[in-house]
Amino acid sequence: MINSGDTAWVLISSALVLLMTPGLAFFYGGMVRRKNVLSVLMQCLIIMCVLSLQWVLIGYSLSFHPGDGFWGGLGWFGLNGVGLEPYADYAGTIPHQAFMVFQAMFAIITPALIIGAFAERMKFSAFLIFTLLWATFVYDPLCHWVWGAGGWLKNMGALDFAGGTVVHINAGIAALVTAIVLGRRSNLDKNVPTPHNMPFVVLGTALLWFGWFGFNAGSALAANGLAVNAFVVTNTAAAAAGLSWALIEWLRNGKPTIFGVCSGAVAGLVAITPAAGFVNATSAIVIGLLVSAFCFIAVTVIKPLFGYDDSLDAFGVHCVGGIWGALATGLFASKLVNPVGANGLFFGNPKQFLIQLATVGITVVYTAVVTFFIYKLVDLFIGMRVDEKTEAMGLDLTQHHERAYTVLE
Amino acid sequence: MKLVIAIIQPYKLEEVKEELYKKGINLLTVSEVLGHGRQKGVTEIYRGAKETGNLLRKIRLEIAVNENFVEPTIKAIIEGAKTGETGDGKIFVLDLNECVRIRTEERGSVAIG
Repeated sequence: MINSGDTAWVLISSALVLLMTPGLAFFYGGMVRRKNVLSVLMQCLIIMCVLSLQWVLIGYSLSFHPGDGFWGGLGWFGLNGVGLEPYADYAGTIPHQAFMVFQAMFAIITPALIIGAFAERMKFSAFLIFTLLWATFVYDPLCHWVWGAGGWLKNMGALDFAGGTVVHINAGIAALVTAIVLGRRSNLDKNVPTPHNMPFVVLGTALLWFGWFGFNAGSALAANGLAVNAFVVTNTAAAAAGLSWALIEWLRNGKPTIFGVCSGAVAGLVAITPAAGFVNATSAIVIGLLVSAFCFIAVTVIKPLFGYDDSLDAFGVHCVGGIWGALATGLFASKLVNPVGANGLFFGNPKQFLIQLATVGITVVYTAVVTFFIYKLVDLFIGMRVDEKTEAMGLDLTQHHERAYTVLE
Repeated sequence: MKLVIAIIQPYKLEEVKEELYKKGINLLTVSEVLGHGRQKGVTEIYRGAKETGNLLRKIRLEIAVNENFVEPTIKAIIEGAKTGETGDGKIFVLDLNECVRIRTEERGSVAIG
């Protein structure tokens, strides 16, 4: 039975989640040097185009067609069989295509998150092929395992409300792998790149925060109490994390920064994502306050220690925040919030924490291995990295024959 | 006293700065300028409309030095900015009549360094 309220909410949520990708484009675009801002915006925008098509043709089928536990198969190729009646395994009160298009937005933003790791030095052509292969062989299978009918991680009992594992840990690990194999940007030690447009970062953060209500509250797939819970804890965790990051900076560096508040808010949104449908608002505050500490350490201590160049901290924020969120779900989940969920460690069910831990481990290993393989494959055929002069001149002029800002005129 | 003005490729600024610092020259002014030498403009395309002969972005350095620092400054700029291709830029050396340090009102050679 189609419910008009549920359908309206899921459609609006889909639009909200779509808006996160251009939001991310500005979030990342503000952080790069001005010679590369268009390349980042372009990568995000082209992902909206390419993955929308991939999703309709094969992606949705690979992810959600009830194949076996590991692979959805091509039974729904080109949306054949995905109609306007509800498909009860996923959402019984909205048209099947509404569920499909909501999920499309997740498939779009996930590879876009990885851009933060390889910004400012990847060849555009290589980026396109890498992204398409990654979406098909990393995102789609993992999505099937965690969310698809019969997916083996789903059957194991893993809780992932809105994509902490499928979206954030997944993209974050891929980010770390690409940052390591691609190598550091040249001249990094002599010339620390500073964000070229901080207001863009703030704009991007605002759009992400706004869109995230669709991401998390929309994942209830209905206009109901669970959606409201997800909405409330999403806002609460983002607020706690934004404040917490600013306070950490204030104590450690003497001044709080707008960049810090933005980083914290996004980290909080990441962390609450898997937990949004299972925890209450006070748990959300704890999750938010702590995620900034973990991400802050990842970004300011661990990254310099190991020397990998995760340009815009896609790993440091999304993977670290995502892992904390997945584990926190195993700690704070409560059946009082969601009776079809499970209790976490703090509510008397330590087994859930172990399930969450296992899911994180499996995701990290699978994504790291397959991402590495895809990278090497594309690198072998067309080369992933631009040459040094191209990098020095900037990707906007060299990859797209455009520039973002004029000096005169 | 001389005023050394150099026009260089923007992406060579870091290397030039490094070479200058190596030789103990660390007082300089940098500005972003547009200009046109022998180098052809980089092609830009907007909705299919090609723009070639655009003015190119360059970096302009101004360095005021005493006589004994003129050659080291020139050498440092060349070492940092030279690629051998058109567009590497130019160095101009001008006589400098006076130099005043505002803070102390010192004048001449002592005010430069």
